[in-house]
Amino acid sequence: MQMMKTLLAATAIVAVLAGAASAKTLVYCSEGSPEGFDPAPYTAGTTFDASSRAVYNRLVEFEHGKTSTIPGLAESWDISEDGLEYTFHLRPGVKFQTTDYFTPTRDMNADDVIFSFDRQRLSDNAWYEYATGISWEYFNGMSMPDLIKEIVKVDDLTVKFVLNRPEAPMIANLAMDFASIMSKEYADQLEAAGTKELLNQQPVGTGPYQFVAYQQDAVIRYKANPDYWAGKQAIDDLVFAITTDAAVRRQKLEAGECQIMPYPAPADIAALQENADLNVGEQEGLNVGYLAYNTQMAPFDNPKVRKALNMAMNKQAILDAVFQGSGQVAKNPIPPTMWSYNDAVVDDAFDPEAAKQMLADEGVTDLSMKIWAMPVQRPYNPNARRMAEVMQADLADIGVKAEIVSYEWGEYLARSSEIGRDGAVLLGWTGDNGDPDNFLAVLLGCDAVGGSNRAQWCNEEFEDLIQKAKVTSDMAERTKLYEEAQVVFKREAPWDTIAHSKVFMPMSKNVTGFVMDPLGYHRFDDVDIAE
Amino acid sequence: MFRFFLGKLALIIPTFIGITIVAFAFVRFLPGDPVMLLAGERGMDPERYKQLLIQFGYDRPIWVQYFDYLMGLFRGDFGVSISTKRPVFQEFLTLFPATLELSMFAMTFAVLLGIPAGIVAAVKRGSIFDQLTMGAALTGYSMPIFWWGLLLIILFSGMLGWTPVSGRISLMYFFPSVTGFMTIDALLSGQKGAFTSAVQHLILPTVVLGTIPLAVIARQTRSAMLEVLGEDYVRTARAKGLKPRRVIGLHALRNAMIPVITTIGLQMGMLMAGAILTETIFSWPGIGKWMIDSISRRDYPVVQGGLVLVAGLVMLVNLVIDVLYGLINPRIRRQ
Repeated sequence: MQMMKTLLAATAIVAVLAGAASAKTLVYCSEGSPEGFDPAPYTAGTTFDASSRAVYNRLVEFEHGKTSTIPGLAESWDISEDGLEYTFHLRPGVKFQTTDYFTPTRDMNADDVIFSFDRQRLSDNAWYEYATGISWEYFNGMSMPDLIKEIVKVDDLTVKFVLNRPEAPMIANLAMDFASIMSKEYADQLEAAGTKELLNQQPVGTGPYQFVAYQQDAVIRYKANPDYWAGKQAIDDLVFAITTDAAVRRQKLEAGECQIMPYPAPADIAALQENADLNVGEQEGLNVGYLAYNTQMAPFDNPKVRKALNMAMNKQAILDAVFQGSGQVAKNPIPPTMWSYNDAVVDDAFDPEAAKQMLADEGVTDLSMKIWAMPVQRPYNPNARRMAEVMQADLADIGVKAEIVSYEWGEYLARSSEIGRDGAVLLGWTGDNGDPDNFLAVLLGCDAVGGSNRAQWCNEEFEDLIQKAKVTSDMAERTKLYEEAQVVFKREAPWDTIAHSKVFMPMSKNVTGFVMDPLGYHRFDDVDIAE
Repeated sequence: MFRFFLGKLALIIPTFIGITIVAFAFVRFLPGDPVMLLAGERGMDPERYKQLLIQFGYDRPIWVQYFDYLMGLFRGDFGVSISTKRPVFQEFLTLFPATLELSMFAMTFAVLLGIPAGIVAAVKRGSIFDQLTMGAALTGYSMPIFWWGLLLIILFSGMLGWTPVSGRISLMYFFPSVTGFMTIDALLSGQKGAFTSAVQHLILPTVVLGTIPLAVIARQTRSAMLEVLGEDYVRTARAKGLKPRRVIGLHALRNAMIPVITTIGLQMGMLMAGAILTETIFSWPGIGKWMIDSISRRDYPVVQGGLVLVAGLVMLVNLVIDVLYGLINPRIRRQ
């Protein structure tokens, strides 16, 4: 009997060990802590990587590695002739994750979709303020409250969004993180237990990985969702090891403590590329860094003056000084990875002599101006102060005196929006949904003057083109309109377009299937580790 | 004695209120506000901005906000983090043990090495050992923590592979947190190798955080010892024919320890400041990193709550020390 017991125990141990050996774990050295696990109240990419991209799905999804959209929890959709009704046909048989804290009794259906939006949309919804100080920043930022008239359940697997006006980027908006589909059944369970705040701490979604545990500021653990509608992932355990310092992330990667890391320090990239055990993924970021003139103030209200200043600044030198190889010169206000990017546009040549002449022709002499330098680092501008200094030197060469000013970040953002602002502002933008409207209308549209349109530029021809594009569902026609808009932009030069950043992603050679995402997400669906 | 204690306690209350005012005012004096930062480049229309200010209660007069905050504190309510939406006190309780554990290890390291080094340097005054130790102490004291941490990581973790790079324990180990102290939790978990892993992860952060206190303690011990070694009673002890070890260890050291212990007490406060940088480099999930992140996000409740809690703890420790002094030394009690 004793012998039998020993044998059984030995067999059990071998089985456990064999299981452990075959379990694949991917460790990702993430750059920061998520603010929460409900993506809708937040705007940070770090939070989205840990919540919406790992745990949740949306009605439509961004195609892996692209900015175009593909069906997600909705198998298909119809758009009415007038562009006001979007009817989504939901994927049948999609299961929410079964975790230690929740066991679903039904499949995902229209109630879940309606719940996911109504909680952000209707102030009388029980979940509208489910935690102290919660606010739906992206939902509001994308004008959803004005846009959505109502959301109707047609049947269990059909939902209709009725809009107040046609909006071509609607589908792209629904692929964004705030539009992640939550389980209403789980929410009801939390509400009944009086623990609503757990929705932001213990997520339940339909996505590729399910949440296991979070040790604040240290580690997030996930495991593959066995019921994932698109098939179980090859990685069994996904671990985010939160490592805020880029130099330390590099050391961890090289020591094999993690297999993949985001945001290497620019100075480390060359060494990482030379490391034979690593691959370094590379892609243009979906962003643009720019210098916005105040086009409502003389002499910057004159396009020729703006053009002349653009021609005086050596962008390649700026890139060499500030980006150290992790950027490329921008000529358009949208990045090259975005559809409708107009490659035919010719950038203003660097020609200080011609610039000087142009200023003289316009009667501008002894020009003094301010250049606003951001106090923070951003992917589209890693060192605004340095950038401003290079610009200052270039402008001095054509006799323009530039003074560099800066404010605290919150104040910088507020003051730079003011219509009467004195000076040209260094700033940039990272795209939200891969739609050109998200750059052109947000940053250069007439509605955004006094807000995110830092050039305070309202051009009738440009506005007409982007407004037409906004209400047209025909992709080819939209592309044409945006291409034309870029030509107008270049002619009028409200900005000096400076750079699009390059994003690098060092990873261990045995990581396969990781696709660099133009939207800046770090997604681990379809990733595997070679044995 | 009871009156003495009451006297000390009476002093603590205005100090505490002073701290709440400083903590409250500190974050508000920083330019920028949390609502503006919430929106980032995206911007926010003025109406929405106003609406959010009202929602967070930041539209009310500043003294109303302060009074509300103070009343909350008396109820044990430290507010809710703007960013994570979790109660500040709950977050503090989760993260503080990590800082405490690291600080305790660092202090033990500094004391165990600093005192003997100081004694030997004093006894062998002017020797090569003395000069080397004091030179090293000065270097240690002047070393920027950030640079020192990275240097050790690159050497010991990167090149030699002796220690883990960062974190509190290998990711292989996964068990629930019981006490918040990783070494204790690792032992409680019963998982083989967990304790060793937790200790290995402590080595570099301990050295980095302990370096400055180590240098200060070594120098303080040396100078205190030198002073005591010149005293008459030490000469008398030597004249009586006591063994040098006994003279130093018993007669000199005991008296030299008084200023050293005061220094150690002061260094405990300094450890908190050092922990902020050490935690950032070693991805150590403690309150230092938590506070830094919150300051950059202008997360008012966290910064206020964190400051008040840390200051409150330091005050509590001071109160205990004061009372202990009073117990030990009747002269202090009567003053």
